[in-house]
Amino acid sequence: MTRFSFATLAAKAIGHHKSWPQQWPDAAPKAAYDAVIVGAGGHGLGAAYYLARKYGITNVAVIDKGWLGGGNTGRNTTIIRSNYLYDESAFLYDHAVKLWDGLSRELNYNVMYSKRGVLMLAHNVHDVQSFKRHIHSNRLNGVDNEWLTAEEAQAYCPPLSIDPRARHPVLGAALQRRGGTARHDSVAWGYARGAAALGVDIIQNCAVTGIRRDADGAVSGLETERGFIATRKIGVSAAGNSSVVMDMAGLRFPLESFPLQALVSEPVKPFFPCVVMSNTVHAYMSQSDKGELVIGAGTDAYVSYSQRGAMHIVEHTLAAICEIFPVVRRMKMLRNWGGIVDVTPDRSPILGKTPVKGLYVNCGWGTGGFKATPGAADLLAYTIAKDEPHPINAPFNLDRFRSGRLIDEAAAAAVAH
Amino acid sequence: MLLIHCPYCSERRPEIEFGYAGEAHIARPVQPDTLSDAEWETYLFVRTNARGRHFERWRHVHGCGRFFNAVRDTVTDRFERTYKAGEPRPGEADGWTGQSGDMS
Repeated sequence: MTRFSFATLAAKAIGHHKSWPQQWPDAAPKAAYDAVIVGAGGHGLGAAYYLARKYGITNVAVIDKGWLGGGNTGRNTTIIRSNYLYDESAFLYDHAVKLWDGLSRELNYNVMYSKRGVLMLAHNVHDVQSFKRHIHSNRLNGVDNEWLTAEEAQAYCPPLSIDPRARHPVLGAALQRRGGTARHDSVAWGYARGAAALGVDIIQNCAVTGIRRDADGAVSGLETERGFIATRKIGVSAAGNSSVVMDMAGLRFPLESFPLQALVSEPVKPFFPCVVMSNTVHAYMSQSDKGELVIGAGTDAYVSYSQRGAMHIVEHTLAAICEIFPVVRRMKMLRNWGGIVDVTPDRSPILGKTPVKGLYVNCGWGTGGFKATPGAADLLAYTIAKDEPHPINAPFNLDRFRSGRLIDEAAAAAVAH
Repeated sequence: MLLIHCPYCSERRPEIEFGYAGEAHIARPVQPDTLSDAEWETYLFVRTNARGRHFERWRHVHGCGRFFNAVRDTVTDRFERTYKAGEPRPGEADGWTGQSGDMS
């Protein structure tokens, strides 16, 4: 692997940039691996990277039915934050935020993590009380979050309208300054390059068609479009298709897959300094480094794997955006797409072991998995390597739906869903 | 936007008139006090989440207000059939193959 630096850049420039090597090879599957990760998104590639770097398990493959980073990793709105209400969630998401810090340096790949701040708008008395409760809870857990008045919020984000005559006036906002955005493709590419350099095989365009189990019920390998791969450890990080993969092992999961849409505007000069979210009018927006406004909202209502959604959802989202930011009313939207998000009943992920020996799962991130990428990857790698969950992801087990010990972030309303 | 045929109104109407109401044919337990934790888990939380043919409930909220069931392919989002609540789940036994595309 060529290490990226000013010196290599200068050296390659002399050769007119014609001698850059391939960043990672497109591997063909071998007959057997120590561990296989299903799903080559940020979470899966990251898990393979940490398995190799932190736990010394390098005979690993990452397998995907499409191309790497082509699922939800490349379809999200790139928001990073950790201001969740419950202790378990705060620790989980903040573990990821801590890893975002320094990720570019660790991977020698610029993931463009930008701590521009995430502003969550409060529009009514309930929002104000709920957000202040979040702020206190976050600060007790060592997660930064602070209260801004409407005027302070507008000073932080000048395009914001705080007109008191608005249908949903802004009464204040919670600001997490460590929150922000990152370049989602770079995250997948950085992890892929890092993992491949440590010996991980990245197998693309090769769908898994079955999970083979031995007489004791433990996993013994994967059936794929390109033949059988023997392995004793499988980590499934397949987002919207998690139910499909788990079904191959005979497991039914508490998941439903919904389309989640996002869209970007035509690019304009930088005018929008942070990420703004509003659960009440139901929209969120930031500006990418290319200048496009990146906009998202809630899911479509019904189960689907179609990777597209309905126009009335987009219309609702844009109506909300125009209400809070009247300045963008005449902008044109450029692209609109959908991803398939796997949602759990309590809106918290499932990250840990399954009833099948050797099968590990990282799913149920719903509408907010991107922010957790490095953390989820690290914890999945730990769980696979040690055959037991890390204390941070131990509460996010599958058993909680039986025991009733839910981590009900849906009721806590920290997430726009 | 989906166009959905309401079996009560006998009309195909835009999705915004309807509310999605989750997977169909999940029977409420007759004797809840006898259920084990595993059975409660299955009833409350576990869903088929089918990639392909999916049986689901819709409610014609801004129409007749009634619940009904539908069969939809979750990959193409195409409805195969809608039918009234209480009618049995269409299956091979009825001679129905799901290929008719009858949405009239």
